[in-house]
Amino acid sequence: MPKKVAMTGNVAVANAMRQINPDVCAAYPITPSTEIVQQFSNFVADGIVDTVLVTVESEHSAMSACIGACAAGGRVMNATSANGLALMWEMLYIASGNRLPIILSCVNRALSAPINIHGDHSDSMGARDSGWIQLYAENAQEAYDNTIMAPRIGEHFDVRLPVMSCMDGFIISHSIENIELLDDKQVKDFIGPYKSNVPTLLDINNPVTMGALHLQDYYIESKRQQHEAMKKAKKVVIDVGKEYGKFSGRTYGLFEEYKLKDADIALVVLNSAAGTAKVVVDELRKQGIKAGLLKPRLFRPFPYLEVANALKNCTAVCVMDRADSFGGAGGPLFTEVRSALYDLPARPLMINKIYGLGGRDLGLEDVRKVYRELVKLAESGKAAKLYEYITVRD
Amino acid sequence: MAEILEIRWHGRGGQGTVTAAKVLAEAAMAEGKNVQAFPEYGPERMGAPLRAYNRVSVKPMTLHCQVTNPAVVAVVDPTLLDTVDVTDGTTPDAVFIINTSASPKELRAKMKLKKTQKVFSVDANGISIATIGRVMPNTPMLGAVVKATGVIKLETLLKDIKASFGKKFSEAIINNNLSAATKAYEEVKAE
Repeated sequence: MPKKVAMTGNVAVANAMRQINPDVCAAYPITPSTEIVQQFSNFVADGIVDTVLVTVESEHSAMSACIGACAAGGRVMNATSANGLALMWEMLYIASGNRLPIILSCVNRALSAPINIHGDHSDSMGARDSGWIQLYAENAQEAYDNTIMAPRIGEHFDVRLPVMSCMDGFIISHSIENIELLDDKQVKDFIGPYKSNVPTLLDINNPVTMGALHLQDYYIESKRQQHEAMKKAKKVVIDVGKEYGKFSGRTYGLFEEYKLKDADIALVVLNSAAGTAKVVVDELRKQGIKAGLLKPRLFRPFPYLEVANALKNCTAVCVMDRADSFGGAGGPLFTEVRSALYDLPARPLMINKIYGLGGRDLGLEDVRKVYRELVKLAESGKAAKLYEYITVRD
Repeated sequence: MAEILEIRWHGRGGQGTVTAAKVLAEAAMAEGKNVQAFPEYGPERMGAPLRAYNRVSVKPMTLHCQVTNPAVVAVVDPTLLDTVDVTDGTTPDAVFIINTSASPKELRAKMKLKKTQKVFSVDANGISIATIGRVMPNTPMLGAVVKATGVIKLETLLKDIKASFGKKFSEAIINNNLSAATKAYEEVKAE
């Protein structure tokens, strides 16, 4: 029987890992993801899981150990944040390039400098081109659910790619909320035993070489295969989300549409801020304003056709980014969504707000202001500014 | 109760304020309510002022912003009244529960509360010395908050203290904490 509990996002993810019972977890904890590995190491010490916990001397080594363990044929998980993810950088590409379905829980935190421990998306957004599938979660429940679905997505034969499951540092990782934990057996049955679909290093009957040299002769073919695998991941995410819904009661897709079907104005926003924005959508609907919201769940691969279709009837759209792409034509989510809408015969007007960097709060009034601006934009047809910071001192 | 009851805790590092918010959330969940408990993280050190928050609601909650207009304020350390504006952003009908030996009347004058706001006082330090044997104001404060707000039943609170402390502490310590919460529940004073 599923169990209703109150726990932090971190403890929820640690419990998902307990239920998945991976072969190997290599860890070098960093705030705010520390509690995941701390809790999980208790499960290891208490003999509740069979996992080999490899304690290493840096995040670079943590990802390296994950790569080795996964290449050897194990189911492998890990957690990190911010500078920890940044230090894994080189190895992220090696994990995806070798098509190793490692699961990484990324507890989103701002990158230094200035040093900051709070939540923004600069860490995972920076890793968006590293060939990892990226899932984002609004709350502890979604972070838990995404963690359980991640191995099924990454390990699928058509995909075989690593998966990064993201949630907001502190706002979710350290907040206690109501969540429902599945029964251990339900998770075990859903995940199934891990068996690599391809030969691994310890499969002595089928010797393979991993990470071989590809120069002008084969490198681009290998990247092309990654590209195709990433494209195929979209369908797998949908299928796994549906299957998960059948026994959990919570079905997941590529993104969540909140009162978007008939919306004139809409926000596109990731993670916990989407929850806050839903409260404002409800307020506006009571006032007769057709406001809606789109919360991306799958950011890599980015479901651009579906996003365009979902937003095509809006008059004005604001994309909210909790990360900047300095010098770019807007934040990373904005450039993605704006590009997705380019081929529509009639495009919504679009603006971009950078908000909440380093954990700066996004309050209800901040969201109301953005929607008020969208109402004006829809009426006037003219944006004062395409791209600007909000929740910031002038 | 408002649709969502928002509580702000003021304490100092090491007094168990974050634990208090956690215990209250778990107890409210045990009564079938939707809850949130989250501390404000900064430089963490013993004795430094800190804040923690609760949201309690009958309906599911999606908002994840900070609590800026609390209807309940619990002050776990009396010395904070001189250094922190604990009334900041509070609702016109806010309820304050202060750990102090001062009377509610004295507190009202000191804190310059609105007529529509209510203040309760409880000597949580004294109660914890008498029951637990040292200054540990968080469990008595929980008892006082439960009495002043009615957010949950006392018995639910006691049950949760037992469950969450049971993993870490001896039976004697747990019983002392239960006495502390009960005594504060009985002794908390309104004007």
